Amino acid sequence: MIPAAFEYHAPASLADAVKLLGQHGDEAKILSGGQSLIPLMKLRLATPRHVVDINGIAGLDYLKEEDGVLRIGALVREADLEDSEFIRARYPLLHDTSRVVADPLVRNLATVCGNLAHADPANDHPAAMLALGAEVVATGPRGERRIAITSFFTGPFATALRGDEVLTEVRVPVPLPRSGGAYLKLERKVGDFATAAVAVQVALDPAGTCVHAGVGLTNAGTVPIKARRAEGFLRGKPLDDATVRRAGELAAEEADPVDDVRGSAAYKRDLVRVLTARALRLAAGRAGAGR
Amino acid sequence: MVPRTPPEVGGMGHSVKRKEDARFIRGKGTYVDDIQLPGMLYLDIVRSPLAHARITKIDTSKALAIPGVLAVITGADLAKYNLHWMPTLMSDTQMVLPVEKVMYQAQEVAAVLATDRYIAADGVDAVEVAYEPLPVVVDPIKALAPDAPVLRTDKTDKKDNHIWHWEWGDRAATDRAFAEADVTVRQDIYLPRIHVASIETCGCVAHFDRVADKLTVWMTTQAPHAIRTVFALVAGHVGLAEHKIRIISPDIGGGFGGKVPVYPGYVIAVAASVLTGKPVKWVEDRMENLQADSFARDYHMTCELAARKDGTLTALRIKTIADHGYADAAANPSKFPAGLFHICTGSYDFQAAHVEVDGVYTNKPPGGIAYRCSFRVTEAVHAIERMTDLMAHHLGMDPAEFRLKNFIRPEQFPYRSALGWEYDSGNYAAALRKAMDRIGYAELRREQAEKRQRGELMGIGISSFTEIVGAGPSKHFDILGLKMFDSAEIRVHPTGKVIARFGTRSQGQGHETTYAQIIAEELGIPVADIQVEEGDTDTAPYGLGTYASRSTPVAGAAGAMAARKIRDKARKIAAYLLEAAEDDLVWEPGRFSVAGAPHRFKTIQDIAFAAYTNHPQGMEAGLEAVSYYDPPNLTYPFGSYICVVDIDKGTGQVKVRRFVAVDDCGNIINPMIVEGQIHGGLTMGLAPALYEEIAYDENGNIQGGSFIDYLLPTAVETPRWETDKTTTPSPHHPLGAKGVGESATVGAPAAIANAVVDALWHLGVRHVDIPITPAKVWKLLREKGVSE
Ligand SMILES: Cc1cc2nc3c(=O)[nH]c(=O)nc-3n(C[C@H](O)[C@H](O)[C@H](O)COP(=O)(O)OP(=O)(O)OC[C@H]3O[C@@H](n4cnc5c(N)ncnc54)[C@H](O)[C@@H]3O)c2cc1C
Repeated sequence: MIPAAFEYHAPASLADAVKLLGQHGDEAKILSGGQSLIPLMKLRLATPRHVVDINGIAGLDYLKEEDGVLRIGALVREADLEDSEFIRARYPLLHDTSRVVADPLVRNLATVCGNLAHADPANDHPAAMLALGAEVVATGPRGERRIAITSFFTGPFATALRGDEVLTEVRVPVPLPRSGGAYLKLERKVGDFATAAVAVQVALDPAGTCVHAGVGLTNAGTVPIKARRAEGFLRGKPLDDATVRRAGELAAEEADPVDDVRGSAAYKRDLVRVLTARALRLAAGRAGAGR
Repeated sequence: MVPRTPPEVGGMGHSVKRKEDARFIRGKGTYVDDIQLPGMLYLDIVRSPLAHARITKIDTSKALAIPGVLAVITGADLAKYNLHWMPTLMSDTQMVLPVEKVMYQAQEVAAVLATDRYIAADGVDAVEVAYEPLPVVVDPIKALAPDAPVLRTDKTDKKDNHIWHWEWGDRAATDRAFAEADVTVRQDIYLPRIHVASIETCGCVAHFDRVADKLTVWMTTQAPHAIRTVFALVAGHVGLAEHKIRIISPDIGGGFGGKVPVYPGYVIAVAASVLTGKPVKWVEDRMENLQADSFARDYHMTCELAARKDGTLTALRIKTIADHGYADAAANPSKFPAGLFHICTGSYDFQAAHVEVDGVYTNKPPGGIAYRCSFRVTEAVHAIERMTDLMAHHLGMDPAEFRLKNFIRPEQFPYRSALGWEYDSGNYAAALRKAMDRIGYAELRREQAEKRQRGELMGIGISSFTEIVGAGPSKHFDILGLKMFDSAEIRVHPTGKVIARFGTRSQGQGHETTYAQIIAEELGIPVADIQVEEGDTDTAPYGLGTYASRSTPVAGAAGAMAARKIRDKARKIAAYLLEAAEDDLVWEPGRFSVAGAPHRFKTIQDIAFAAYTNHPQGMEAGLEAVSYYDPPNLTYPFGSYICVVDIDKGTGQVKVRRFVAVDDCGNIINPMIVEGQIHGGLTMGLAPALYEEIAYDENGNIQGGSFIDYLLPTAVETPRWETDKTTTPSPHHPLGAKGVGESATVGAPAAIANAVVDALWHLGVRHVDIPITPAKVWKLLREKGVSE
């Protein structure tokens, strides 16, 4: 559990970081929270020759609502979401998610943006961001560009980021009126990656009809999954028991899990069904409570 | 029990704060990895990616080219000294480093010696090994098939994978009882392979001093003295004599049986130090520890119970296939290849019983150690407690009533079991009744019935276990011929302070405190004035070490006996000082006084001073004693645990809602330490019940080889333990004490498994093998048509 030798860089500005990435190409890796990268390096599954630590760059740790979006900077830690009363009240889905990522020690360091950039289908934030319809900001040598979350995850551990880009921000649209969200995760023990998990975000009209629904699935396929059929089914319906159950079935059909040590594909698929229905009930309750 | 000594003295029954904690909670413990010696080299190990393969080439050139890599040691190098194989404690053999083939994934293949730890790791990465894969045998039952590949080709006469057959009990009487029985039940029960996963992994610093011609090894071992003898026996031919070997077992971060065996890494480090004349450190990482060190359990049991219609148990029969991996590296007493598995009649009065165990080789790491249990007692308890529940349910009887009906009754003690053990003392019904009262058993059964009506799944499980600890009487117990006595040496200094040394080695049990309390109890000297030391073979008296809950029953007893010898001498000195006859003196803890004249007394401190300054003519000076204690019998702690679980129909998750543990370990030395041992033990019992397993795929790839997949429960998974006790002293132990370090680990899994089956019985579920994972429960529920 000792990593191979590497060179360590600690740029003080974003521009320097981008430059280092440009110089070293495939041989460089960004280090943010380090909670995925360092374990991989210790196991020598990752052997970057250059590690570019972005923790010394000022001004990347903002968490604020501005111009209709929640902006989460690259150095916002899971613990920042977990500890924020504002996030708990207004973005319950994000709050739920941050609380079940790993354990408190990991959450003190792990970043939300790193959780997306790492693109592990078992990571929790990708599904949450899919349910929320987020957008990612990438900063490279030619400046910033925005990437819709739906086109960000291109494969297992692969994203639309270029080698010389830093993921500098994730943007979450501010919630519609009468919104609620929830994240439910089944893990073998605390701190484990999900056997399966479901993120939902819904908005209701004054009569209680669902006007917006986002459903994201964690560890239910080789990439994070947006359960579009379940989402489409929910829109325009009251979130009664039959509806949420049916949505659970649809989400389960959209899941594409495999057998592994966490359980059989059939088990995981059924968990998606059960958890989707439960999460929708919880989210609908939260949306109603804010009415 | 009301303590006989005041709190300042702190004898038995006082919750004295642990003396060792002063250093542990300040991070000032000294573990093996804290040892730093000048010029120390580091060893790291190349391990096999394959479970069974012929080694065709080991190319060390790239590794040797790395600056700082001093040597790459292979099996061929060790073979020159005939050190490439070593004996196991069970008279089997295992490789130190292979010359021909590897037998399990993660087996040691070569070792890199370097000037620092990082370079050693780079060296490991650079060693190139070519393998030719061989057919892998994972399943011990298939391993016994006639066409199975023979694994131990090193044993020229070996034509199959069968290691040994062992049986015990009266087969004919048992068969007869089964033939005559009204009711019989039968169940296959698998107790999976698990790992102790102690927080500190294994390691050593070996230092061969060429000038003194002496080898000192700081080593994570539970049995330093036995290890010294083993080293002398194994390496005698290369010139290591026993007086030139010193084993120091410093602070140990958990042993649980996993630090009894000798691992190849220790031997390689010693060889490397002898060859280089430099200190060599080897410390495993977590994955090496989980993947290569000795496992526990792995018993495939077929269990049968016979009973009369009225619910009286009559006979028990168990056949077991024991998967030992590629070598039998258990650490059982030599006469008992299946340990004390024949305690499996448990707390019940049987007419007849018969057990058979067959040891089998597979392509897995060697072992079969006693993980926080006295040599296979956990396996025995799981079998009998699961079967008892099965029979009760089968007969439509309440499992608590069924147990109460079949318990060995208090007046039957000392009780000779159908399998020949003599139980020292017990009152099983009292413990179970107390647990039932504590948890509100009748009310829980009502709640369960109501919930069942609503389709909710709730279960109540009981385990009324009997343990067998404190090995053991020399007549039956030895390891490699070394009798399983243990020892204490007490010296009282002139000012009445004490140093006491023991042949055992604490790994978290709190010996520095409890042994001091035993001496305080016997001599009335305050615990604060008593320093306890263990673990250094140059200073401590010879003993067999700490495992199988033997420290208090054996070394603790030795402590009491040595203290009594001191008290006898103290009486003589007091008589001399008080000018009274010895028989006229009255002892109360800490002083002798003259009968009828209590103001005429001498304290133990006065006497200690006199022992060096004013001792009677003709008496040797000094106040010290040694005792080597050969226990007349084992001790039989017991208890009753009741657990309530709720099961999530949607996800299959099992939640332990309540858990009441009533333990009886005889007279208690330190109630706080006992409670701590039980809390920790219960969590270690919860672990295999719901979470932990080391499984292998069909190619012999380990599935639980890191803490990602080897699921150690945390505080979050742990329920609130509710503990209580009854006290039934051991009649033969000098203090009436029994062992307690393992009761909870041994007893808890069955209570949890029984609760789960209890919740699902009405659906037609009869048994679930542990660990009872959500995935397993989900599958059962869906098979039975239950869903959310
Ligand atoms: C014990 C343990 C348990 C865990 N359990 C969970 C869990 O249950 N759920 C879960 O979701 N995660 C879990 N994790 C992973 C943890 O949340 C990760 O740390 C997180 O996913 C990655 O964030 P990071 O900031 O630590 O990224 P790092 O480890 O620093 O980086 C991860 C990868 O992303 C790249 N990267 C990081 N930041 C950026 C950026 N700003 N721009 C471009 N590329 C970047 C890195 O180059 C690297 O390839 C666990 C980790 C541990 C150690």
